[in-house]
Amino acid sequence: MGAQLRLLRRRIKSVKSTAKITRAQELIASSRIVKAQQRMQAAVPYEQEITRAVSGVVSNTASVDHPLTVEKEKPTTAGVLIVTSDSGFCGGFNANILREAEALRGLLEERGIRAVPFVVGRKGVTWHTFRSRTMGGRWEGFSRRPSYADAKTIADTLIESFKEENGIDEIHIVSTEFVSMLTQNVVVKRVLPLEVVESEAESSDTIPPYFEFEPNAAEVLDSLLPRYVESRIFNALLQSAASEEASRRRAMKSATDNANELIRVFTMQMNQARQAEITQEISEIVGGANALADAAAGKE
Amino acid sequence: MAKLRVGVVSPEREIWSGEADMVIAKTVDGEIGIMPEHAPVLGVLVEGGVLRVKRGGESDLVAAVHGGFISVANNDVSILAEAAELGSEVDVAAARDALQRAQSSIEAGQEDADIRLAAKRARARLRAAGEEV
Repeated sequence: MGAQLRLLRRRIKSVKSTAKITRAQELIASSRIVKAQQRMQAAVPYEQEITRAVSGVVSNTASVDHPLTVEKEKPTTAGVLIVTSDSGFCGGFNANILREAEALRGLLEERGIRAVPFVVGRKGVTWHTFRSRTMGGRWEGFSRRPSYADAKTIADTLIESFKEENGIDEIHIVSTEFVSMLTQNVVVKRVLPLEVVESEAESSDTIPPYFEFEPNAAEVLDSLLPRYVESRIFNALLQSAASEEASRRRAMKSATDNANELIRVFTMQMNQARQAEITQEISEIVGGANALADAAAGKE
Repeated sequence: MAKLRVGVVSPEREIWSGEADMVIAKTVDGEIGIMPEHAPVLGVLVEGGVLRVKRGGESDLVAAVHGGFISVANNDVSILAEAAELGSEVDVAAARDALQRAQSSIEAGQEDADIRLAAKRARARLRAAGEEV
């Protein structure tokens, strides 16, 4: 009896300390989401402008003939940039991404294309090394606070490999899109070769401006397209960082709730056990006293 | 007279936006001055350039702009910089320090693209802050 009580007390104590940790993680994550969202918002103007500039150039030059926009006739290899997180404790975040990446890999292989993973985030890197898959590139340590320089390094590696004769022919990004605090979706996007599409149909009364180029269209395009790719990757990193924190907050919240529920159940069991013990002790005392009284009565 | 709507943005944040009478930037072809009703232009900016935004009545806005683009259309001027800093935000001591370090390593003979770039950037930051270089 006493043993069961002690056992329950010990479990409650341990669950309580776990709940404290998960609660703290939850609070940290919620404050980080706000920051991550702010960073996302701060990057919006640049992205809009660069998209406008790219579509401006594209709509001006009759034929866009740039290595980064030309689609190879027979693509044989594709680079897949997989954006995962560095730390765990974030529910199904990484599992979802990696599942989607595997699906993409299957799709590409059906088309006869070899997929080369380029992985961001420690979790994704471990996943790939555990399965001894060769990676085209790996980056760790900035999943929570990606800087533009990080995006640039990634883009440089990818573009480098894209331009090589035997390098990759396509670049896809698998990352998590931050829709709201509650919704994050895994999305797969193709970045290169660039799909030349006009950004949201402009109202018909504005004529698209006829740009002059300094120094000339080819050179502008030359430096504009890599920047565009960088900005796409940077955007993916930022969204993924915000999503990571959001799913961490959710996971930690449900962990805290579970812990509290466990504590409630254990406390009830503990009270029951304690009551049972007390009742038994009383009945033992009463029984003992009765027996003594009976014995005394029998003597007289 | 019509005014220009100017936005200076870097990938990580919007640095400045507002109205102006004239914008002077340095492209790879040389300096370019933009006034209202300018024809649409898309230019590549140099590393370590200084951007000057003239505003009527107020003092000029000066910023160090490292790489990027200038795009002009319908009196909208946007400066897309890879990195940019307003003159008033420049840490002069740090920039001087960076310049000195870069110069001394150039003098020591180890001259490569990175160091030259660092020197250029430091110079632009100092010029933007209104210091003599």
